[in-house]
Amino acid sequence: MSKVLMLGNEAIAWGAIAAGVNVVSAYPGTPSTEVFTTLAEHASEYGYYAEWCVNEKVALELAYGAAISGARSLVSMKQVGLNVAADPLLSGTYLGVKGGLVLVVADDPGPHSSQTEQDTRHFAAFAKVPVLDPSDPQEAMAMTMQAFDISEKYHLPVIIRPTTRVCHAGQDVDMPLVSPVSIQAHFEKDDWVIFPPVSYRKHGELLKTLDELGQCFCDSEFNYIVGENPDRDYNEGIICSGVSYQYVAEAIKRLDLDLPLMKIGTPYPFPDNIVLDFVKNKQHILVVEEQDAVVEDHLLRLLGINGLAVCVSGKLDHCVSGVGELNVNAVEEAICRWQGREPVTSVTASKPELPVRTPILSAGCPHRASFYAIRKAAGKKSDIVFTGDIGCYTLGMMPPLSAVDTCLCMGAAITQAQGIGRAEPGRKSIAVLGDSTFYHSGLPGVVNAVYNQYPLTLVVLDNSTTAMTGFQPHPGTGITAMGEAVEALNIESVLEGFGVRWYKTVDPGDLDLAVQTVREALAYDGVSVVIMKSPCVNLPSVNKERKPIRIIAEQCKECGLCVTEIGCPALVGEKGKLPLVMDTCVGCGLCKAVCPFDAIEGGNA
Amino acid sequence: MDIIMCGVGGQGTVLASRAIGDAAIRDGWQVRTSEIIGMAQREGSVVSQVRIHRQPVGPLIPDGSASVLLGFELAEAVRHIEKADPDASIIINTQTIVPPSVYLGVSQYNIETLRSYVQEYCRAPVFIDALEIARQAGSIKAVSAVMLGAFAAANQEIKTDLIMEELLNKLPVKLHDLNKQAFRLGKEYVEG
Ligand code: SF4
Ligand code: SF4
Repeated sequence: MSKVLMLGNEAIAWGAIAAGVNVVSAYPGTPSTEVFTTLAEHASEYGYYAEWCVNEKVALELAYGAAISGARSLVSMKQVGLNVAADPLLSGTYLGVKGGLVLVVADDPGPHSSQTEQDTRHFAAFAKVPVLDPSDPQEAMAMTMQAFDISEKYHLPVIIRPTTRVCHAGQDVDMPLVSPVSIQAHFEKDDWVIFPPVSYRKHGELLKTLDELGQCFCDSEFNYIVGENPDRDYNEGIICSGVSYQYVAEAIKRLDLDLPLMKIGTPYPFPDNIVLDFVKNKQHILVVEEQDAVVEDHLLRLLGINGLAVCVSGKLDHCVSGVGELNVNAVEEAICRWQGREPVTSVTASKPELPVRTPILSAGCPHRASFYAIRKAAGKKSDIVFTGDIGCYTLGMMPPLSAVDTCLCMGAAITQAQGIGRAEPGRKSIAVLGDSTFYHSGLPGVVNAVYNQYPLTLVVLDNSTTAMTGFQPHPGTGITAMGEAVEALNIESVLEGFGVRWYKTVDPGDLDLAVQTVREALAYDGVSVVIMKSPCVNLPSVNKERKPIRIIAEQCKECGLCVTEIGCPALVGEKGKLPLVMDTCVGCGLCKAVCPFDAIEGGNA
Repeated sequence: MDIIMCGVGGQGTVLASRAIGDAAIRDGWQVRTSEIIGMAQREGSVVSQVRIHRQPVGPLIPDGSASVLLGFELAEAVRHIEKADPDASIIINTQTIVPPSVYLGVSQYNIETLRSYVQEYCRAPVFIDALEIARQAGSIKAVSAVMLGAFAAANQEIKTDLIMEELLNKLPVKLHDLNKQAFRLGKEYVEG
């Protein structure tokens, strides 16, 4: 077998291909995206079907439909995506599956790129779905392959829950044997209708199955103990789950401790017996895990049920931090705290102040022009609320644009604005969301606004892609995940069908017209929609011929407005200095439109 | 050997870490990498970690353990410098990318202070004008090739040819000559 450097997400994808997956679906979201992009890339070659769906609920229902027809199916999403897909998951677990159904749900402790640090292991236990928690890419691949077998044997969906440092960690992984498949599924009319008496019966069966599976997990290769010398008795031991295993193993080595370490790869249903065996003759156990105290909670229950007196440290006694990611240093500190030893401190001289470098909209990003137009139309002194949404354009909250006042979850820009308007009659909102988000969960909000007569202005930033996660297609793009050209939906006809009577499309590159259009929309009494249409500058298909702008030194009054009004990273300077144009300028011309003294020339427009 | 690479989203740290990782595997090492992919790539602060060992290790480098720091940008190098052993090979591109927060007045970028902090922190930092060297090689886009060349000169573990080959494997053929040249110039600069 050859070793290949693979990200955890790629390893999961290859694990699924090796398991002979037939149907895969997803909605993009960091840190899960590359699971599906890898699968989509190889779909035709290996004979399975791959689809970017409009949202996670749709994606799971599609995969579930395929699984009850007997196909092996995989659906991938980020942790908050599972909130959207919760409904089919909970019912689907009662009804069960026929072909293996694997959900890859990526968690993001930190969080690096998410709204919450929610723990999918908790979600799995709540939904009564088995969950596997990989500690590295190689194990993530093995778990994916096995998850299909578990799912088929127990007729249950199975969740794989990698975290960011598994998804985006690379490892020299053994490339598995893969061969093409053909889909040979057949839907049999059987017990597929969820209905109260059926639910009661199925719930009982489910509980029994989970008990059995907890037993079976006691023999799983994903649960093991390292560093336990059989000739010695240990007072203390550590239990960990997922990627924390890597940090703990390294910390034990660096601290030169003789401590047994138990790794749990199957946090739900919990492998009670092997854990009991591990803890029963010990007095102190430290549980190290990221996000919630899932293993710790279960261990405490287990000790109570069995009447064992063992002291458990972890998140509940604040020995291990309850927020953010772990790493080797944090684990070393936790171990020292737990053992009552002097913490290992690294000497760090006080660092000089560093520039704040948050992500920002790219140079020439059409969203910058859109936000600028929205602010200008709203007027400097207006108290209009800008309800925002999830995507690159959440970055519109940063100064100097400061054009996003709220951001909650996918699609909420439209609906939050409605609530604000009811609570404070007369307060105007402008809801802003992107094209992919519009199709993901903006549609019901629009219908609600039209029917319930809201005076709401919505701006759809249509950049023809799902940019933030790396340019995935959506229903407005006219291309599918497998590269097939199809008829694109257009936002205007969708709005027309929904009964929106005022909508206009404008290119934000034409700043005056864009401002004028938003003003008209604001004046309309009812639901008005402005579609700001201009492709993402980072889209590979966008014309890369760039004509940067030039500052005409003789004309420039060094007022600094072109810099401070729009915050384009390609234009640097301050009041009293001639602005400097960087190599990254794409010549979008926004700064030209801002300069009051006509001191900027060139550019594409 | 632990290698920390830090820079600004879009500078090519991910490309460089993959090239080193792939080269190390071909050289028979166990490799672990960790990347920041997602929102931070929009001109945010990014860091790649590459760990090359004989035994399995985790994805993140403990503080003070990196024996090489490749700073693609001055302030970003300082941001993560505590990951590096003070005796490490510290190679820093003198290019500065000033974020809008500075000219909007909410933070500052003081080149002199940052440079002297680096000099205080470690024994023998190498400052390299990778942007200028890339320009000489033919394109400012070749900064990561220059930095990889500099890395090849500073490390003993992985063969230079393999690093260059793995870099080229990830690039379209039409960019090969340019990147080879950038790699060579970066290497020569460090070798002096
Ligand atoms: S034209 Fe102006 S606003 Fe547009 S990318 Fe160049 S500097 Fe930035
Ligand atoms: S807005 Fe115009 S006049 Fe003012 S600094 Fe910029 S280029 Fe010069």
